[in-house]
Amino acid sequence: MTSDVIPRAPAAGAPETRRLKGRGTPLRERFFHLSLLASLAVGVIFLVALLAYVVVEGWPRLDSRIWSNFPDIINPANAGAQSAIMGTIWIIGFTALYCLPTGILTAIYLEEYADPLRWYNRAIEINIQNLAAVPSIVYGILGLGIISRGLGFGQTVMTAALTLSLLVLPIVIISSREAIRAVPRSIRDASLALGATQWQTVRRQVLPAAVPGMATGAILALSRAIGEAAPLLLLGGLTFITFNPTGAQSAFTVLPIQIFNWISQSRAEFTALASAAIVVLLVILLAMNSLAIWLRNRYARRW
Amino acid sequence: MSAPEKGRRRSAAGSPGFLRRSQPRHGEKVIKVLLVAASLVSVATTIGIVIALIPPSMEFFRHVSFGEFISGTEWSPLFKPPHFGVLPLVGGTLMVTLIALLVAVPLGLGAAVYLSEYADPRLRSVFKPVLEVLAGIPTVVYGFFALKAITPLLKDIWPAGDGPQVFNALAAGFVMGVMIIPTIASLAEDSMSAVPHGLRDGAYALGSSRMQVSTRVVFPAALSGIVAAIVLGISRAVGETMIVAIAAGGRPNLSFNPLEGMQTMTAFIAAAGIGDLPTGSIGYQTIFAVGALLFVMTLVMNLLSIRLVRKYREVYE
Repeated sequence: MTSDVIPRAPAAGAPETRRLKGRGTPLRERFFHLSLLASLAVGVIFLVALLAYVVVEGWPRLDSRIWSNFPDIINPANAGAQSAIMGTIWIIGFTALYCLPTGILTAIYLEEYADPLRWYNRAIEINIQNLAAVPSIVYGILGLGIISRGLGFGQTVMTAALTLSLLVLPIVIISSREAIRAVPRSIRDASLALGATQWQTVRRQVLPAAVPGMATGAILALSRAIGEAAPLLLLGGLTFITFNPTGAQSAFTVLPIQIFNWISQSRAEFTALASAAIVVLLVILLAMNSLAIWLRNRYARRW
Repeated sequence: MSAPEKGRRRSAAGSPGFLRRSQPRHGEKVIKVLLVAASLVSVATTIGIVIALIPPSMEFFRHVSFGEFISGTEWSPLFKPPHFGVLPLVGGTLMVTLIALLVAVPLGLGAAVYLSEYADPRLRSVFKPVLEVLAGIPTVVYGFFALKAITPLLKDIWPAGDGPQVFNALAAGFVMGVMIIPTIASLAEDSMSAVPHGLRDGAYALGSSRMQVSTRVVFPAALSGIVAAIVLGISRAVGETMIVAIAAGGRPNLSFNPLEGMQTMTAFIAAAGIGDLPTGSIGYQTIFAVGALLFVMTLVMNLLSIRLVRKYREVYE
């Protein structure tokens, strides 16, 4: 690509120095640099526009009605999302209960015990990578066909939590594995050399060092579950519910689905309501993400 | 450490036999079994998905021939007489995906090149979190923004004709494209960062500019990872539900006009699932038949992407 390396006119009046041609920044280079920056700028502008839009649209409705009132289809001025917020809390609680232990134990197995050359361990690994990219609506079909109707759990908090657990399990596994992998080999070797068994090494050396990383991953996985709506649509999440869940067998709705419901209403009041609920949802997610970042920076160890 | 172990270590001083265990450690075996059991949950998930999909799909194909399903151009399973041609749903999915890719591939790769080759640490620490936040926004929020902000904006600025309908593939596809930017950018950046520095240094030493190094050395060297990123982006676009359910409309429509509303496979599954159809009805079975098609499509792309990522890891890491 000689054309843009030597595009400059000979350096004015100084032929004897024979400066390297093509230093400095030709126009094409600058244009390339700018277009790269522009592609990032689109993302930034989009994000700012989106946040500004939901805050401006939702502002008139952004008050205590959102979390203290229940859905009201006739009178939007009275409507709130308390049942949806409580539903989200119940479901995420159960989801954490199911998916965190399972995910962390799987990560320990794959990192500390499994021989990566065995075909079955490789199969487990590829399976997890694939599951991470399976569309969420397919998990909804799994929940509908197997958990809700096949096993007879019905359209309950339990079904929703089990489905979401399976959905975010790959994220928990992958992030926990990374946290475990970041603990240096020498720590394990030292522990084993002192006579500790494999589990003692994992339990007392590897896990304590990996906890901050795993906690960060866990929070990110749960915040993915909080925002998820598609699979719950198949599990009865869109029913009109004006009561808080009382247990695992309760019917439920969640915040993203309540938002979806309000978006589908044509009256303008419901658009404002949807915006206000989106702001609440984003604030919850932002708080969780900040916590994750804080944990990462506060407790992350450098080896 | 427990007392017997300490004792054993002291006695070990003289005898070489200390490496023999004094007692079998059943606890260790129990723990290993527990760990394997946890790992099998993810295997069971895949098996569960397949078991959930196959029997109702088989049942569906007893009523509808596979040929009609895969080549029919009309999709109206709940009307009388019903038509079960899946092409309008597939067409809608491909149209929205195509628009999303036109947005996400250039912007995602541009972002990846910038972050990997140009940005200094300070700029990285600004842009990386922006991408992470974009990736963390719930899709229902993207859908809301597409329907209530992007579509009206497109209508306002449309130069000729009526512009887009209230529900249209264009706004949904554009917003979906922005949604996939982080997926493509982060995976592509990973693979570019994995390119050894020696290759860059060599090119710079030969007098290449930064643009030349980026486009002619790093980009080709990272190509398998970049393709993997794009394939994963396609898979995410095909499987995305809420954006299209909200902003692309609920009418199956085999059309090449992105200004019209069209239903995707995922949006159909969601719409049919909301209806709480009775188990065993043909409407209920369509959810699984379309779901099986969706699962197979994304599975092929995911496996391809996983394979490509392995390839660049093997070469450079």
